[in-house]
Amino acid sequence: MTESPQPALRTNEVARHYSMGQTTIRAVDGVSLEIARGEFVAMLGSSGSGKSTLLNLLAGLDRPTTGAIFAHGRNLAEMSGDELARHRSRTVGMVFQSFNLMPRMTLEENVELPLRLAEVDRGERGGRVREALEHVGLGQRLAHHPPELSGGEQQRAALARALVNRPTILLADEPTGNLDSKTGEEIMSFIRQFNREMGMTVVLVTHEPHLAEKYAGRRIYLKDGKLSTNGDAQ
Amino acid sequence: MKSRDLMELASRNLREALLRNSLTTIGIAVGVASLVAMLSLGIGLQRLAMTQLQGTGLFNRVYVTPRPPRNEFGDRGGRGGRLGGGRGGREQAPAAGIPGPEDLKPLTVETRSQLAALAHVKEVFPELRFQVDVRNGNIGHVTAAASFPQSARATGIFDSMEGSFFSSNDATEAILHTDLAQQIAEENKIDVKNLIGQELTLRYPQRKDVPTAANQTPTEIAANGEFGYGFTIVPAERKVKVVGIVTGEQAGPGGLGGVRVMLPLGFVEQMQTVQGTDVRSVVTSPGQQTYSSLTMLIEDPKFVPAVEDSVKQLGLGAFSLFDAAHRLQQFFAVLDTFLGLFGSLALAVASLGIINTLVMAILERRREIGVLKALGAADRDVRQLFFAEAGVMGLLGGMLGVFLGWSIGRIINWGTNVYLAQQNVPPQKLWSVPLWLVGAAIAFSILVSLAAGLYPAARAAKLDPVQALRYE
Repeated sequence: MTESPQPALRTNEVARHYSMGQTTIRAVDGVSLEIARGEFVAMLGSSGSGKSTLLNLLAGLDRPTTGAIFAHGRNLAEMSGDELARHRSRTVGMVFQSFNLMPRMTLEENVELPLRLAEVDRGERGGRVREALEHVGLGQRLAHHPPELSGGEQQRAALARALVNRPTILLADEPTGNLDSKTGEEIMSFIRQFNREMGMTVVLVTHEPHLAEKYAGRRIYLKDGKLSTNGDAQ
Repeated sequence: MKSRDLMELASRNLREALLRNSLTTIGIAVGVASLVAMLSLGIGLQRLAMTQLQGTGLFNRVYVTPRPPRNEFGDRGGRGGRLGGGRGGREQAPAAGIPGPEDLKPLTVETRSQLAALAHVKEVFPELRFQVDVRNGNIGHVTAAASFPQSARATGIFDSMEGSFFSSNDATEAILHTDLAQQIAEENKIDVKNLIGQELTLRYPQRKDVPTAANQTPTEIAANGEFGYGFTIVPAERKVKVVGIVTGEQAGPGGLGGVRVMLPLGFVEQMQTVQGTDVRSVVTSPGQQTYSSLTMLIEDPKFVPAVEDSVKQLGLGAFSLFDAAHRLQQFFAVLDTFLGLFGSLALAVASLGIINTLVMAILERRREIGVLKALGAADRDVRQLFFAEAGVMGLLGGMLGVFLGWSIGRIINWGTNVYLAQQNVPPQKLWSVPLWLVGAAIAFSILVSLAAGLYPAARAAKLDPVQALRYE
């Protein structure tokens, strides 16, 4: 760890267990990994392998049962609820398979939402929202509502929303899962652009190996909640 | 989140489920309206009762009797009874009804001016009552007459009067009760109204002092074998002009109580009518005119207790309706509480509506709450958002409810007055919505709504974002 002072993300024997009646489900079961700043990592695995659970743990949406998760050196497992909210607000940006835009809000309002939550000054917001939407090529669609847009456009709006608070880490949970392959590629190139031009650390959860191969700098495979060598995951 | 953003998001959420939230808000409004309607009725009735009673002048009066009421009367005498109870004792009880010599402090002319000199006293006057034979030609009517000071004009007895009040304190004028006026009018075969301005003769028992040697006590007089002190009663006659006719009957102190001829106080004092106390004063205060009771008019009801105490310090009995007024206010406080409780019932039901609406909103907005949390919302933000939604519904419901309650009040007031007009009763303001009630009702509505929002807000805040965001 001499070359880089702090990795963007580091987990240490992190586990997340759920109890379902008598049985315990070990969704994530002792994962230790390190993701350097500016890295583009793809997490692969079949459904139920625990990759989304791990992503939620990295996002601070969920707390580990045991183990530690460090984001820029700070342990998420020891943070208060408010501190975790701050982590989600300032440090990470998230995109989802189903876009998760507010359907009755315009794109502008959708993208403004993280700024409201982060208590950014009103005067500053308009410019930042427009900048973020222009960045993903939606500068002309500020007043549109999500249902009026195509899937690709909605995911681009979601990217703008993840971007607007200028986080250092982008966590993407199967962002192309609901899109045709051409549109999926388009979204992936936006993500790569963020990674390369803005130096954002990207963690991409996907089950499409060709996308991981094409865009990610490193691939991590999960199986039954544990890290596995790449061959096993297929 | 900053409160402005909170309010914007909250009102946006409310607009998104417009029908449901409007219905919930109307529910609150109905609750607030019933509360406002109930309370404004209570307050209106209280004001009506208080102004009517204050109009009679009863609350700024102290009634003075020759001695404090004794123990037997207990606290029935109000403030007066307290003093009497303090010095009465059980062993004195059998004799208590009869005043001992030390108890007797007659109400003399001197006492009257003494009382008039007390602070905050506007006027001290006796009520002189006597039997009178009202002569109209050859026909006589034996009835009761009483004196009234000029200040009695404002007491409400003369409100429904035809004609005019006494032109002065010494005027040889009379106001008749309509019962007597009608009899006399019938005898004369004239309309009652035409009786005003007519002259009548009053025949009455006059007190005539028998001259005595000065400074002689009854014992000395008896020792000298003389019985030349005291007074004698002679019939006398005075002519009066009828100036007014009153209807109605008002009981209680300061009321008519069977009096059919009303005369100005100054005039009655000149008439030297025989009073009931005259017989007693022959023994107790020879040669002096005494009064059975005196009425003190106080500048403001708030000075009544103080004046009462000063009167008692003079060794006299004092009685006022201050306590009665106080109790009346207590009664209305209880009434208002009950009306308020009944009114609040509807608001309580409405608050269940808020809980229901917000719990439904949580189910509907599960995913949205999850997204908010993923975008950086803390539990507190989500809680505040739901709280704000409940608060906005409370505010809007409160304002609408106050307006609604006020309108209901106006309508019922109007309806009541239409009925009263048919009964020939002057219109009354039964409804009163003071500004504080408007403020309090809206504040209460917000408070109840926030309380109703507690559970849904806590539940929304605790929602697990991972569960909420799980792809369907």
